[in-house]
Amino acid sequence: MISRRDFLQVSMAASALVGASGFGNWGRLAAQQKLTQDQLLDFDTYGNVSLIHVTDIHGQLKPIHFREPSVNLGVGDAKGQMPHITGADFRKAYGIADGSPSAYALTYDDFSALAQGYGRVGGLDRMATVINSIRASRPDALLLDGGDTWHGSYTCYHTEGQDMVNVMNTLKPDAMTFHWEFTLGGDRVREIVQDLPFVALGQNVFDAEWDEPAEDFAPYKMFERGGVKIAVIGQAFPYMPIANPRWMFPEYSFGIRDENMQAMVDEVRGKGAELVVCLSHNGFDVDKKMAGRVTGLDVILSGHTHDALPEPVVVGDTIIIASGSNGKFVSRVDLDVRDGRMMGFRHKLIPVFSDVIEPDAEVTAVIDAQRAPYMDQLSEVIGQTDGLLYRRGNFNGTWDDLICDALISEREADISMSPGVRWGPSVLPGADITREDIFNVTSMTYGKAYRSEMTGEFIQVILEDVADNLFNTDPYYQQGGDMVRIGGMGYKIDVSKPQGERITEMTLLKTGELIDASKTYIVAGWASVNEGTEGPQIWDVVEDYIRKEGTVKVSENNSVKVVGT
Amino acid sequence: MEFTRRDTLALGLGAAALAVLPISAYATTEAATLAFTGGADVAEGGVDLTAPEIAENGNTVPVSVAAPGAVAIMILATGNPDPNVVTFNFGALSASTAASTRIRLAGTQDVVAIAKMADGSFTKASKQVKVTIGGCGG
Repeated sequence: MISRRDFLQVSMAASALVGASGFGNWGRLAAQQKLTQDQLLDFDTYGNVSLIHVTDIHGQLKPIHFREPSVNLGVGDAKGQMPHITGADFRKAYGIADGSPSAYALTYDDFSALAQGYGRVGGLDRMATVINSIRASRPDALLLDGGDTWHGSYTCYHTEGQDMVNVMNTLKPDAMTFHWEFTLGGDRVREIVQDLPFVALGQNVFDAEWDEPAEDFAPYKMFERGGVKIAVIGQAFPYMPIANPRWMFPEYSFGIRDENMQAMVDEVRGKGAELVVCLSHNGFDVDKKMAGRVTGLDVILSGHTHDALPEPVVVGDTIIIASGSNGKFVSRVDLDVRDGRMMGFRHKLIPVFSDVIEPDAEVTAVIDAQRAPYMDQLSEVIGQTDGLLYRRGNFNGTWDDLICDALISEREADISMSPGVRWGPSVLPGADITREDIFNVTSMTYGKAYRSEMTGEFIQVILEDVADNLFNTDPYYQQGGDMVRIGGMGYKIDVSKPQGERITEMTLLKTGELIDASKTYIVAGWASVNEGTEGPQIWDVVEDYIRKEGTVKVSENNSVKVVGT
Repeated sequence: MEFTRRDTLALGLGAAALAVLPISAYATTEAATLAFTGGADVAEGGVDLTAPEIAENGNTVPVSVAAPGAVAIMILATGNPDPNVVTFNFGALSASTAASTRIRLAGTQDVVAIAKMADGSFTKASKQVKVTIGGCGG
């Protein structure tokens, strides 16, 4: 985190870096409890280049509710640093008033109450209005999509991403990079990419057999905007074949490959690039580390870890922009590029309040056309919830509590596991749960719910392994998800310890007994990365369970004890 | 997140296997280093060792080494039952002193490259490569 005062102290090349955030504007307006589209979009156009960043939309065509995390721990150098600050501490860091629209958009407290007042967020037709407004003031602004776009909903699943492709094309992006897109399968990704009216980027997408850059993706693209030569270098999710099923795209290899990133920066600088932008799906901490290792990156547009930061984080001469997820925000970054270098920036994280921002009618029509064939399925009410269903948090969320309960109940298991993904909108207390809601938190191409036997020892190995993906102090060993969610079992985790020493006190909740390393337990879970996993689709398991329950009861989950923070 | 014992062992990920392997190594990293260097001091730097931070497939991990001015570069997988992987020897007419290969890693471990320079000195680089279950990315 960097304060506004710090911005002024950062020097860049010979000239002072002038930074400003438009965030304060709507923060103040919030206190007056009136919010208009003009205020949300207000921006004093600056410099000669504008970047528009959207990322991690996860298939959300329509406005949704999305509660930000209460627990998002940083370890090592990231401890207590943005984006690892939540709630009141986050509001304090940015001077956000309690109960304000910004508090609602960026923090978790009082979410259900504030949602009643401020309504839904996102929707690609509202995003279109924001983008068009930026283009009205800067017609040649670059629109860059950080990926995780063609995944995450009922319609996206059933059209294999085509709904998102069709709608995104109406927004006319200039470039895109990727993560969950690859879980559509290598063939499907190539089929879509071949027809995209914009460039598909990934300097770290390699041919797995030859360990050479894959031909289907360009490492970068040069643009000329506002008289400035701009290079946009793509960085796809580095841990694609590890965090997601490798067998779905065996022809590709990924990795961070910061030596190749440096080579690409040098190459585009050699071609005369005056501004070098990295469109990244690394995750925030990985981007921060990369910014310190690769020289010559002016801007990193950061995706994957779903952080929404109202001000850029500055590392050396690089600014890192985090634009949230699920369609909730659009980032605008105006830059002053002169004499071959970035002299200053102005930035605004624009929250897409969908009741305030007028939808773009043309885009609404395209969205509705994608959904029309499926409306009966989407809108069917499966049950109700008595409390807020949300996903985000390092260790658990009420959506995954529900999914874990469903797995134990429907699959007759001792213990259940739900992957620590960060996508999936929230459902408010008292609301209906529709089939669309269930798909929003479960939709994927490898969603079968397995049931298998695991020893206590092996369960611990899994927990230790996943914990190290999250709490390794070196960001390059972090994969950017949250802890695997566990049902039916409690445990204690010391996040400050190394792998193999973090997890203790594993307890079977139904008996209160400690987990026996040599004993075998029935474990149900979903989203296995192994090929040939058998079982019903997770959304069917959850739907069956909710139908039986009628009204889902949400209770506090105290089964994970966290220390070492 | 579903792993049978067989899958786990095939991936080289089993907890038991992981714990036992380094201990049962019949040729240690120290012995291999000693055989290559003859006990000479080994400096840091001067060797580029490129390997993934996290292996996509522990059975075939791409590793590249380069050391300008080297006459030989040895690669060691310090956590494998036999840490010896390969030694590349470069003749006087070698166009470049760089090489790439793929290696199998039994589990998370340091991969080490030691270069023998023309003047008989040695230098090394090391990188941890993690072999993980994965499967829970956001």
